Amino acid sequence: MQEIFEKLRSITDDKTLNPAQKARYLSLEAENMLPYPALDAQTADALKQRVICDMYEGHAPYKPRYVLPDYSVVLKNGSEYLELPPPETLDETINTLMIAYHHVPSVTGIPVYIGQLDDLLLPFCDGVSDDALYRKIKLFWRYLDRVLPDAFMHANIGPTDNRVARAILRVDAELKQIAPNLTFLYDPKISTEDILAMATNNIVECSKPHIANHPMHAEHFDDRGYGIVSCYNVLPIAGGASTLTRVNLKEVALRADSTAHFFAEVLPHYMELNFRLIEARVDYLFNKSNFFTSFLVEEGWIDRDRFTVMYGIYAMAEAVNILQEKEGNAGQYGFDDVANALGYRMSEEMARIVQNRPLENVWRGRAMLHSQAGISIDEGATPGVRIPYGTEPDPVSHVQALAPHHQYYTSGISEILTVDETIKNNPEAMLQLCKGALESGFREFTANVASNDLVRVTGYMVRLSDIAKFKACRGSRTNTTALGAEAADGTGILDRKPRVVGHELSPSYGQ
Amino acid sequence: MNSPLATVNKILTYSCVDGPGNRLVIFLQGCNFNCVTCHNPYTVGLCDHCGACIPTCHANALEMVNGQIAFDPSACDQCDACLDICPISSSPMVQHISVEDILEIARKNKPFLNGITVSGGEATLQLKFVIALFEEVKADPELKSLTCFVDTNGHLGGQSWGRLLPVTDGVMLDIKAFNTALHHGLTGQDNAKTLKAAKTVQDAGKLYELRFLVIPGKTDTAAEIESLTSFARALGPDIRVRLNAFQHHGVRAEAEDWETMAKTGIDKIAAHLRKAGIPEVITPAFYL
Ligand code: SF4
Ligand code: SF4
Repeated sequence: MQEIFEKLRSITDDKTLNPAQKARYLSLEAENMLPYPALDAQTADALKQRVICDMYEGHAPYKPRYVLPDYSVVLKNGSEYLELPPPETLDETINTLMIAYHHVPSVTGIPVYIGQLDDLLLPFCDGVSDDALYRKIKLFWRYLDRVLPDAFMHANIGPTDNRVARAILRVDAELKQIAPNLTFLYDPKISTEDILAMATNNIVECSKPHIANHPMHAEHFDDRGYGIVSCYNVLPIAGGASTLTRVNLKEVALRADSTAHFFAEVLPHYMELNFRLIEARVDYLFNKSNFFTSFLVEEGWIDRDRFTVMYGIYAMAEAVNILQEKEGNAGQYGFDDVANALGYRMSEEMARIVQNRPLENVWRGRAMLHSQAGISIDEGATPGVRIPYGTEPDPVSHVQALAPHHQYYTSGISEILTVDETIKNNPEAMLQLCKGALESGFREFTANVASNDLVRVTGYMVRLSDIAKFKACRGSRTNTTALGAEAADGTGILDRKPRVVGHELSPSYGQ
Repeated sequence: MNSPLATVNKILTYSCVDGPGNRLVIFLQGCNFNCVTCHNPYTVGLCDHCGACIPTCHANALEMVNGQIAFDPSACDQCDACLDICPISSSPMVQHISVEDILEIARKNKPFLNGITVSGGEATLQLKFVIALFEEVKADPELKSLTCFVDTNGHLGGQSWGRLLPVTDGVMLDIKAFNTALHHGLTGQDNAKTLKAAKTVQDAGKLYELRFLVIPGKTDTAAEIESLTSFARALGPDIRVRLNAFQHHGVRAEAEDWETMAKTGIDKIAAHLRKAGIPEVITPAFYL
């Protein structure tokens, strides 16, 4: 008990956290005093050794990790539970959304998806001048960053070229806020070159938005569509992801005698244990937690059948280099064709295993593979299939080395291309780089410009100046800075050649 | 086809400082100027196979084969020790590359490219190769959308320009100084050809950008900036001038003791040029 008290006390008395941040860490401590959902001995052991990892989501999953409400429902019907009539004007619409966001649960308590904003707002924009629209969006954006300050809160726009998307891009470049995170869905058949250029110019300005390869994503989803949430997670709208658990490929490779052994036994073994971990967590959420009695289900914002699970993998770079060494090969991941081919083989094999493993209470009965970007406590393990920080080749070689992986990671994969600041005099180069990456099969294009204050850490944004302030012990208004600071110190993330950072997870206090 | 081979120092598939958009840049070896301010002096000389660099290579990437230097790229770790020792500012790591080799690289990287730029060294010293390359790019259905640019010191005769310009989309032309004595001191050559070339290229509608290296106490003087202003204005109404700030990176000999050019000075000159009616003045994205 004494130990627990001390831990709780260190949270309540922390100098750098604000009361809401303290309340969140306290609730996590309370949840984790409960016993874990029942696991078999092998799975429990693999979790303890962190060969597989539950992202410290908590011992009692009483809410899905990511929820993507279909906000068009509340805009069309209003909400009986929230006593809201259907909105009729743009102001009423934005107001309704602002209220709605507060009722969307997520792993961090802040919504990770705030909607396909152009689709949601456009029907209410008739008769609103461009200038009025710009000013309303600006206030909306300020509200989001100040009231829901988390870089994992994600807005989507595109693929059409429309007034709302343009106003959002303009405001986003102007305000350079951490929140919300932003993705432009690009479809070469629908989007204009002009709006893509506007989006890539914004990247030069503030390292946002991400550009998603819309046709490549859309084929994995149905008519209700998908949303890009949190870092770059691609999930069904009106559903989401119940959980995200991940396999540390480095740890798996360390347990293999050879490449053949890795593929024949060790990888399938640990992948199966990760499936069991998923099953235990999904079982708790669906059969014990009573989450799906929520008004969100009743009113049709979300549907119990539309929750997938994300099957994360990370530290591929280390895994490949370990196996290369065991085989007596010198080539390093990201630079050598043999090493890269070994990586592609891993991706293909993991996708096959995920495709062949049925799961209950999971959208379409299968998990979705995910190249997981890491959390602030990861050390010596490179996010997803990325090339280790600080050693990346030039952006073009970088894309070419990693593009063949992208087809397999249906619930999201992202590489951060660091681009030096000479590109500020030549934004056309960013546009071409983006087009080249998407044409080469990238699901998503994300770049950081070296000198920007706003940088991406693992998929979320942080301000370098905030990290400096946080370290000087003044605390930060945004929830992701703490994560960014941990990640920056522990994971070499700022070694990334030009620095670009973003955030998502501080899984628990002091970790 | 009697295909000329180029002597190539380096090839980049990503560059955003060598013309519009992202470009495939081919740095050709050899230069007819000898600028103390050159940032990549090892592109200046043509190797005479003296062998002085061989013992400096810790990776055994260099050896003498039949009186010629032989380089093994797979052993090299780019430490650049061989470049530092070379007495004539050359490099043992140059490659001899055909037009077809370059086209192959361009095809492989096509989705990422806005164009191709030949730079150096002084690209126009290998004129035959450059013309052959540009002709082939324009004749290739897959590659013809790529623009072909030359980065040059302009020290090329009028007849040669007459052959190069028809296959070239844009020229970036460096003027090192306007005062002839100053130019000679900085480069070892006269500037008459360069100044004439600027007009020739502009008249052909191919002058993408005029570049001027600002060195404190040398080319930042009122007289030099005045000459730059009137020269650029006389060229035409749509001229684009890029000011580069002198930095120490790579430079040799006495230039290492010169003062570097600060942002405030560059900004002042840029303001002056803009006020004088030069429509586009580009300044460095950052200062070292
Ligand atoms: S590169 Fe220089 S040092 Fe080496 S052989 Fe050639 S001329 Fe001699
Ligand atoms: S740069 Fe390469 S060839 Fe030159 S000395 Fe170093 S390892 Fe040897």
